[in-house]
Amino acid sequence: MSTENEAGLLQPEALARAVKDAAAAIESAANLDELSAAKSATLGDKSPVSLARRAIGSIPGPERGEAGRNVNAARSEITAVYEAREEILKAAEAARILREETVDVTARTPRRREGARHPINVQMDRIADLFVAMGYQIGEGPEVELEWFNFDALNIHPDHPARTMMDTFHIADGKGGYGSNMVLRTHTSTVQIHTMLTQEPPIYAVSPGRVYRTDEVDATHSPVFHQTEGLVVDEGITMADLKGTLDHFAKSVFGEDAITRLRPSYFPFTEPSAEIDVWFTAHKDGARWIEWGGCGMVNPRVLRACGIDPDVYSGFAFGVGVERALMLRHGITDLRDIIDGDVRFPAGLRVEE
Amino acid sequence: MRIPVSWLAEYAALPADLSTEALDAALVESGLEVEEVDDLRGRVTGPLVVGRVASIEELTEFKKPIRHCQVEVGEAEPRSIICGARNFNEGDLVVVALPGAELPGGFKIGSRKTYGRLSDGMICSARELGVSDDHEGIIVLDEGIVGEDARAIVGLDDVVFELAITPDMGYCFSVRGIAREVAHRLGVAFTDPAAKAAEPKATEHPPYPVRVETDGCTRFTLREVRDVDANAEAPEWMAKRLVQAGMRPLGLAVDVTNYLMLELGHPLHAFDRDALEDVLVVRRANPGETLKTLDDVERKLDPEDMVICDATGPLSLAGVMGGLTSEVVPGTRNVLIEAAHWDPTSIARTSRRHRLTSEASKRYERGADAAISLLAAQRAADLLVEYGGGTLVEEVVDLDRRAPIAPIELPVDLPSRLVGVDYDRATVVSMLEASGCTVEGGDVLTVTPASWRPDITDPADLVEEVVRLHGYAHVPSATPRAIAGTGLTSAQRRRRRVAQALADNGFTETYTFPFVSRERADELGLDEKDPQREAVAVLNPLDDAAPLLRATVLASLVNAVRINLARGAKDLAVFEEGLVFQPAEGWTDLEVVHLPVSKRPEDESIAAAIRRLPVQPRHVAAVLCGQAVPAGVDSPGRAVDWADAVEAAEVVAEAAGVELQVAQGEAAPWHPGRCAELRVDGAVVGHAGELHPEVCDRLGLPRRTAAMELDLTALPLPDLAPAPVISHFPATLIDVAVVVAEAVPAGQVEAALREGAGELLDSVRLFDVYRDAKLGEGRKSLAFKLELRAADRTLTNEEGVAVRDAAVAVAAERFGAGLRE
Repeated sequence: MSTENEAGLLQPEALARAVKDAAAAIESAANLDELSAAKSATLGDKSPVSLARRAIGSIPGPERGEAGRNVNAARSEITAVYEAREEILKAAEAARILREETVDVTARTPRRREGARHPINVQMDRIADLFVAMGYQIGEGPEVELEWFNFDALNIHPDHPARTMMDTFHIADGKGGYGSNMVLRTHTSTVQIHTMLTQEPPIYAVSPGRVYRTDEVDATHSPVFHQTEGLVVDEGITMADLKGTLDHFAKSVFGEDAITRLRPSYFPFTEPSAEIDVWFTAHKDGARWIEWGGCGMVNPRVLRACGIDPDVYSGFAFGVGVERALMLRHGITDLRDIIDGDVRFPAGLRVEE
Repeated sequence: MRIPVSWLAEYAALPADLSTEALDAALVESGLEVEEVDDLRGRVTGPLVVGRVASIEELTEFKKPIRHCQVEVGEAEPRSIICGARNFNEGDLVVVALPGAELPGGFKIGSRKTYGRLSDGMICSARELGVSDDHEGIIVLDEGIVGEDARAIVGLDDVVFELAITPDMGYCFSVRGIAREVAHRLGVAFTDPAAKAAEPKATEHPPYPVRVETDGCTRFTLREVRDVDANAEAPEWMAKRLVQAGMRPLGLAVDVTNYLMLELGHPLHAFDRDALEDVLVVRRANPGETLKTLDDVERKLDPEDMVICDATGPLSLAGVMGGLTSEVVPGTRNVLIEAAHWDPTSIARTSRRHRLTSEASKRYERGADAAISLLAAQRAADLLVEYGGGTLVEEVVDLDRRAPIAPIELPVDLPSRLVGVDYDRATVVSMLEASGCTVEGGDVLTVTPASWRPDITDPADLVEEVVRLHGYAHVPSATPRAIAGTGLTSAQRRRRRVAQALADNGFTETYTFPFVSRERADELGLDEKDPQREAVAVLNPLDDAAPLLRATVLASLVNAVRINLARGAKDLAVFEEGLVFQPAEGWTDLEVVHLPVSKRPEDESIAAAIRRLPVQPRHVAAVLCGQAVPAGVDSPGRAVDWADAVEAAEVVAEAAGVELQVAQGEAAPWHPGRCAELRVDGAVVGHAGELHPEVCDRLGLPRRTAAMELDLTALPLPDLAPAPVISHFPATLIDVAVVVAEAVPAGQVEAALREGAGELLDSVRLFDVYRDAKLGEGRKSLAFKLELRAADRTLTNEEGVAVRDAAVAVAAERFGAGLRE
């Protein structure tokens, strides 16, 4: 029988050899499959350490204790080698899979359509936010207006020279003639009137919006364009308040170093009136004064037409062009790029929001 | 208004070292906008001298007659110069550009051979020098020293400012007004040119009989000069200034009136006395009367037009333009100078009515200075006598109906209170006096504006004079204390969210002009009776082909799509939000309500007036065409279809916080079978789907272009939303397939399932539509995934099946739906 032979496996030299052979077999496994085969050869039922354990029963009782400890030690040693190898091979396998799954991340086509808001509208929202932060509300009004709102209430009476200076689109009456008494609003100043008719002072409002004049389209003109109107009516409002508000506004639109300059001018709905110039340092042709819009102290006649007592309240108003500021800020030389509807313009000009 | 600095300097004592920039700034600070600075000194460079034509040799062998001249230019020998003009003789003084000179337009003068002769310089015309448009011949000078620089003589030694005059500064349509402003700004002396003549007294008998029959003529004065050469050439200094100011010398009488109009701002008119018949009558025109004005246009007069007539009828359109019959003509010997003052409003109306703006109407409309009418006539007569000979007739007409100028009460502290600058009393008074006002009183000033300032009527006008003349630059910068604001309104926040949501979902925002053609309604396939055809029309459109205002955003948004397609774009997703215009019902029958301006109109009047305004709701529309998902390395791509349009509407609804109900619809311009009607709370708020193929063809859009339009104004603003109940228990998933007739919309089946399933239904999703002969003719199977969940427990299988059966039961009851096994 092989009992003697098996008992020989319990010899310390034999166990040491078994451990050495097993370690060599495990270490030589190149992948998890080979490792699995090596495991069954070195730790399986037929492996020397398993056979050695079985042989313990065949030796005399007093020797069994030590023999058992020796076998267990050998087995533990082999198991440790196996586990270490397994860890290495598993990591290598995981790395291989990841390597094989590698793609060319530049070989990609967009799955998402790109969208964008129109810079003019973004700009108007920005302006609204600036004034909302100062406590203002945002005013609104219709674009087809009664002449009274566009002219009369703003102290532009029917024979006023200013009424002919503005190139107004008139709305046809029922028979296709004059007499509808309606126009496409030529300025956002109409919203001043709506605001003052419906609210009591204190009034702090800005009204960004679309306006219309009969200008043919060219590099700097459009029959449809945008303005932002500001109106403040409160007790003790002065022209200095107007200047300060414009300075603050100009910095937000044209940069921190922008300052404004007021030049005497004329608008029927303000008195005193001024043109607003802005010192714009980022102009593409160098720092310079640029014309921005008009402003002034609300004419008491306008307050009266809206039922506000000019002996108690005073106010200021201003109106600035939105397109012009956008063009200057971003170096746009042709207004037609803004208005002709080409999607490449909004897509290509991300105005900071 | 063009004004040469030398003319300005005659009445404002400009410092000798005043730079052009400093003068520019002074003008701007006064409220006179400088449109252009025309520095004439740089117009011609190099030698430009006075020459004398010593001899003329006529060359006849060429196509046109040519002169070969010897011209003395102050050198040892005369110069040989070829000239094509013929308006000069031997001995005449002319202006010669010598080799090395450069004329306007980069025209360099050199010695060269031409017409077989040496031409060693050029004899110049006014146009060649850039002095005026006159090119009828070369300039022949009255006087000059041969060889001396010719620039001063032809007016090329000056700087001309072109100013834009605002409507309230009509008095600055004159050297007088501008000089006053500049002198104040620079702190130098001002000499009033009106003081150059003394005002004569009206005489008992007139030089010519006159009757004023209209109150629109506030002053009418006449002076007469007899035996004058009315067509003599104006003196060189006067002609030079006229040319610099942009006018052409035409003959003494006309030149003198123009010159004084520029200098004083008061228009004048010269009549040929011998062409007048019987008494001059100033009146409103009679119905049916006509007048041929100087611009050779026969004008039908309106009973509001003011005219100056004689026995033959109207001679001139008062304050606007003279007529052809009574003008100074060659041979005129006796001249009547009229200087009158007219009601500005009447002049403005006449000017507008006849679309006729003249130098005179421009000034009268803004209010000329009636105080100097007779002074102006006197100066004109003096100049005529001085330069045209003749004698001044002693008789004077001065029909003066001026009302006294109304004084204005001004609290002395009002300027400080409105401007935010602490003006003391002395400053206020001195600024008002600088403006020409007479000032009296204590704490409340009584201020009488100057006769040339009819624009000053209110205390606010006086405040402007104080701050303007003191200097806008002194206004400090302060900001009013922020008030307790309420931020954007819900509707404003919603409008932003909608636009941002569409942009975030791949739509590009654009905006189009709201002007559309009458044909657009046909192109969109609108029904003959579609209310959109009753569009609001613009009376004076820029483009006659597009006179209507859009009734939908789509009507104009398609234009932007076409532009992009024309520029090579294929895959597009654009949107626009903006107002649309729908005539108010029955507006043409409503009376125009005239609202007052002297006080606040009554609420009822405002409401009645506004009732005629078009309804102007805010819409949002989107158009898509081409690929919704472009083909790429990992996808074959996907073409746009109707569902993309419906989804765009859902993006809007989601951003707006409302729930859309989608139902089969039928509306132009959509495909009749691929149009979704969109409702919120039962009300139709828009449509979405594929455009009608014929609409695509007519508009040049690719077939299968999809579009949606929603009325944002009609979307209700959401109330405070209750929080959702979040169940922490697992869901039960059940698929259910029901068989219904082909005509039954899936959306309605889904709604039925939803209703039948009740509260335990978390979500339902259509995932398959299946047709098969086995299902029966005209039937389809709709497969839905139901996700069921309870808030407080895990549902049992039995509960799940019960919910499914309840859901199917409702579908079965409504549509005869059967469960597909």
